[in-house]
Amino acid sequence: MIGGLFIYNHKGEVLISRVYRDDIGRNAVDAFRVNVIHARQQVRSPVTNIARTSFFHVKRANIWVAAVTKQNVNASMVFEFLLKVTDCMQSYFGKVSEENIKNNFVLIYELLDEILDFGYPQNTDTGVLKTFITQQGIRTQTKEEQAQITSQVTGQIGWRREGIKYRRNELFLDVLEYVNLLMSPQGQVLSAHVAGKVVMKSYLSGMPECKFGINDKIIMEAKGKPSFHQCVKLSKFETEHSISFIPPDGEFELMRYRTTKDISLPFRVIPLVREVGRTKMEVKVVVKSNFKPSLLAQKIEIRIPTPLNTSGVQLLCMKGKAKYKASENAIVWKIKRMGGMKESQLSAEIELLQTDTKKKWTRPPISMNFEVPFAPSGFKVRYLKVFEPKLNYSDHDVIKWVRYIGRSGLYETRC
Amino acid sequence: MTDSKYFTTTKKGEIFELKSELNSEKKEKKREAVKKVIASMTVGKDVSALFPDVVNCMQTDNLELKKLVYLYLMNYAKSQPDMAIMAVNTFVKDCEDPNPLIRALAVRTMGCIRVDKITEYLCEPLRKCLKDEDPYVRKTAAVCVAKLHDINASLVEDQGFLDQLKELLSDSNPMVVANAVAALSEINEASSSGVPLVEMNTQTINKLLTALNECTEWGQVFILDSISNYSPKDEREAQSICERITPRLAHANAAVVLSAVKVLMKLMEMMAPDADFVVNLSKKLAPPLVTLLSSEPEVQYVALRNINLIVQKRPDILKNEMKVFFVKYNDPIYVKLEKLDIMIRLANQSNIAQVLSELKEYATEVDVDFVRKAVRAIGRCAIKVEPSAERCVSTLLDLIQTKVNYVVQEAIVVIKDIFRKYPNRYESIISTLCENLDTLDEPEARGSMIWIIGEYAERIDNADELLESFLEGFQDESTQVQLQLLTAIVKLFLKRPADTQELVQQVLTLATQDSDNPDLRDRGFIYWRLLSTDPAAAREVVLADKPLISEETDLLEPSLLDELVCHIASLASVYHKPPSAFVEGRGLGSSRRALPTRSGSQDILESSPSHGERSGVIPTQESLIGDLLTMDLGGPPVPSSVPATPFASSGLDLLSGGLDGLLSDSPSVPPPQAAPAPSVGLLGDIFGLAPSASTSYVAPKQMWLPAARGKGLEITGTFSRRNGQIQMEMTMTNRAMQPMMQFAVQLNKNSFGLVPAAPLHVVSPLAPNQSYEAVLPLNPTGPVQRMEPLTNLQVAIKNNIDVFYFAVVMPMNIFFAEDGQMDKRVFLSTWKDIPAANEVQYTINNVNMSADAVSSKMQQNNVFTIAKRNVEGQDMLYQSLKLVNGIWILSELKMQPGNPTLILAVKTRAPDVSAGVNTAFDAILHS
Repeated sequence: MIGGLFIYNHKGEVLISRVYRDDIGRNAVDAFRVNVIHARQQVRSPVTNIARTSFFHVKRANIWVAAVTKQNVNASMVFEFLLKVTDCMQSYFGKVSEENIKNNFVLIYELLDEILDFGYPQNTDTGVLKTFITQQGIRTQTKEEQAQITSQVTGQIGWRREGIKYRRNELFLDVLEYVNLLMSPQGQVLSAHVAGKVVMKSYLSGMPECKFGINDKIIMEAKGKPSFHQCVKLSKFETEHSISFIPPDGEFELMRYRTTKDISLPFRVIPLVREVGRTKMEVKVVVKSNFKPSLLAQKIEIRIPTPLNTSGVQLLCMKGKAKYKASENAIVWKIKRMGGMKESQLSAEIELLQTDTKKKWTRPPISMNFEVPFAPSGFKVRYLKVFEPKLNYSDHDVIKWVRYIGRSGLYETRC
Repeated sequence: MTDSKYFTTTKKGEIFELKSELNSEKKEKKREAVKKVIASMTVGKDVSALFPDVVNCMQTDNLELKKLVYLYLMNYAKSQPDMAIMAVNTFVKDCEDPNPLIRALAVRTMGCIRVDKITEYLCEPLRKCLKDEDPYVRKTAAVCVAKLHDINASLVEDQGFLDQLKELLSDSNPMVVANAVAALSEINEASSSGVPLVEMNTQTINKLLTALNECTEWGQVFILDSISNYSPKDEREAQSICERITPRLAHANAAVVLSAVKVLMKLMEMMAPDADFVVNLSKKLAPPLVTLLSSEPEVQYVALRNINLIVQKRPDILKNEMKVFFVKYNDPIYVKLEKLDIMIRLANQSNIAQVLSELKEYATEVDVDFVRKAVRAIGRCAIKVEPSAERCVSTLLDLIQTKVNYVVQEAIVVIKDIFRKYPNRYESIISTLCENLDTLDEPEARGSMIWIIGEYAERIDNADELLESFLEGFQDESTQVQLQLLTAIVKLFLKRPADTQELVQQVLTLATQDSDNPDLRDRGFIYWRLLSTDPAAAREVVLADKPLISEETDLLEPSLLDELVCHIASLASVYHKPPSAFVEGRGLGSSRRALPTRSGSQDILESSPSHGERSGVIPTQESLIGDLLTMDLGGPPVPSSVPATPFASSGLDLLSGGLDGLLSDSPSVPPPQAAPAPSVGLLGDIFGLAPSASTSYVAPKQMWLPAARGKGLEITGTFSRRNGQIQMEMTMTNRAMQPMMQFAVQLNKNSFGLVPAAPLHVVSPLAPNQSYEAVLPLNPTGPVQRMEPLTNLQVAIKNNIDVFYFAVVMPMNIFFAEDGQMDKRVFLSTWKDIPAANEVQYTINNVNMSADAVSSKMQQNNVFTIAKRNVEGQDMLYQSLKLVNGIWILSELKMQPGNPTLILAVKTRAPDVSAGVNTAFDAILHS
């Protein structure tokens, strides 16, 4: 199991160090710094073995979170745990930065003591942790409160406490999809998939049982087999294809899915690149929207890479604003809004410096960002029913909001 | 509130200051001081001097402060054991606290203090906590048992904690169950005797499966991992476990998914591969694996390393999922490299076009390692998917045109392999390759190019000039290039002896006199002597056919693969190494995992002697196929202290003798043979049987196990009966590229109770491309089980690589006993006794023999003619035979002179055998 957990800043200075096992010594802290942090370019895997000691790390922004072990541990568990640790810190004090970590080091130690025992991950649900790791100093709980906490931490429904009350029972459902596309210059779809998730914000009293109904597409399609938050009764899903659960209080990710079939691609990019001699290039990019004319896409941004030896760019676009950003080696074309079934065009003349490097410029793909108010996979919420037998509110009294957002994941067209 | 200020106190006298603060009356100040101490501890400062002062703060009702003090204690107790005792009282008291959070905290911390004296005091509180009314305390106590076991294993056993832990497996709280099972697994694995201290049984597994549905995600991982160590007693139990675990595949936590995959992969081994259950389960495995690829990159990396194992073990699962492994532009490099590996494994004829266009795209990216691997991948595709070879080669040529140095070099290395796999197909591109000669600066690329020139010297007009140009800097080349150059020039000389004599002389001198590398020198001498004594032999050796290379060379060795499948999700599966390779010590002998086998096959196989052997990764392609004489890529240079031997100085004379022979030699060199001739005669001697001595009918050998199914082992075979002994005669050929050994055979129960009379003897090791004639005597004395058809026999052959199963149909005549002659009268009465319903008639066509010839031929096969009559111009032969299991068979053979069709009537009390008898007769008469 995990023998120790260290957090470093970008320079390799230790911010947090917690050792759980006897086989991990202080020198492990230094071994990681020297062999991984200070040798950045050579380390090409998130798992490193140094002298029979294995180091797992995740790096987020400038912070390295590393777990150490000398045993044959479950590697996927260690990474999932490290990611949970960063989530957990984020939910307690916001951005995981050096400053925030230093400011909260006592809290972090207390958390690490609670969520990892002898290297075994324990309950990491932030909702529950926040009920008894508070940093509020002296707060004596009554016996009932204590019993409630412990039964929650260990309980079957470890993600929700009892006795939650709202005057207004309300829930929000966001269906959030990321469309990923790789298209050939000729417009052939090389790969396309939607990675979607359903995020729920629940403000419901008591211990409500929810039943969630969606269209069959996601459930039936083999490739899109969804994965669920731990609150969902998986065995029920396996046998009856129904999604039922008692939700955590507040925001959580209910399910995640993936599909490759029948994706409606909101945009198509048609590139035309012509090299005119050795010092000039002409680029024409057409972007077409492909959805109902009544809908509006937003935050459209098309990024057209330019060669490293670009000396100047002349731009002309029908809609939005386009700029050449020398520091990013790209033309960035932004369009605030665009309706469905429209098209727009940009033409650019790129002047190049003469170079003697033999190496050809390899054209990175044109990438695109956008946001559309529908689910490109065709995902549809059919119903979400709430039952709370003990309290006197019914499904009809719950105010429900459903929103669909389709965003670009990696939306690329080769040119 | 900011705590960062605690990190900044670095002034002198700090310890002293802290000391006074710790002893302050004000609670607030005390707390601040403890925080400062912890901050110093974090950055590695030694604050152990404050031990007594910090411990004094322990008695507090402030939980936060208490936790900080405990944290300090865990760090320094070991260095100050005597002082640590001071804390014991507080711990013991805290274990009785009315607040369960404090009780748990105390027992948790106490377990982390690894001081013997404290451990003694731990036992009582721990025992109480294991029975605490609060589940939070129990789940903490469960882990504490593992802590205690780590400090003092015998104490845990003596104090009966193991039993208490086992009881917790039935706890009503799922988290307590999960922690208990985690602790038990760890204790089992650490067991010094190698025997697990706690055995799992059906009931405990059932309890775990129930808890699985209810506990935290981490608890699910603990439970699944421990179930993966359990071997169900039969296939039904395995199926029911699978059914209960399958829903976990939809869990959002990748660790839960992968651990479930591990259990399923393991249990599937117990079931017939074509059973509906397995087919369905395989279908269910693909989606969750694909879903893992949308997790965070680090999790993706672990998933990909595991998928790499899964596609090797069960290629079908992901065969239609190629696209999800396409590399994304901003994937981290470690994800890209892994995806590439899997793409090649999944490449087949139907998707190769897509794969190739992807690979071509990758070959233009920026990351050098990735580009190299992509180029190599193109070569591997060419070797793996034959119809794509043409396209691969042209893609590689395009890449060479880019003139990007490392791309060109990598391309040349793979083209060499393509040449070897498909000789005489793509040599037209050699001229293009030669254009890039000057840019090659890496040994592997240079070596490959030299090999190509040597191999195709007869087609390259200026081969001698090209090789000569390399020779100029001979001393500066790496060993692998030197060896390659030596061989290439000798090849050139053998092909064009007239004008390259000087060149070969030069390289031989360089190799034998100016080099202190023993490998190079030895090879130089071998060539020199070969050329001078027997040029024809030299030709045979140097220009011999090279063994084929196949795409399988980069696969993991099967036994290692099986072991790694048992470790899916763990570090071993990430490293692709068995745990013993990176984990130190305790009780490792016991922890080596093996896949379960199907119940049918398990008991017919004797335990293999290789079981305890450490498995390794198959050597890389280069070292495998780099057969001594023609390829030496990657050979490590061996420094030598032996001075060059002086006798080679008269080299020219030595050579000249052979040269004449070579020059006048007609090119009628016999085709070189890589494999030694099969040793047929030898075996006959061993068993005292000359194969030709007996004239009884032996069916021609049939393909029993094709090499493709036998992982390179090919078996053709037949059955014979020689001198009353039933034998299985097999030709075993090693078509793989590694030697095979440790052969063993087992037969499943069969209709005639055949069992091996002696162990299978096969020459060991069976070298690649070598064949061996194995004869296995069989006795009909084993357990009998009726098979369908009756003469079906299921055979299992084991070697160091795997166990192979196949079924063969035995000819009935091997069971015809020597004492099958029936007395005439007995024959008559028996014939009448057997009811007419048992008589079966057959026709046998195309027999052109007289009755006497038939009779004598049958007699050689233990079918005895009792009487012969002539009725209305027809010859009637009445014959008897007896099977080894005592069944008598009577027959009547009706034949008309001039008519090649015979009519056979068979009468026996066991009519089931009649059909087999007919087939045997037919075969004998046509032999």
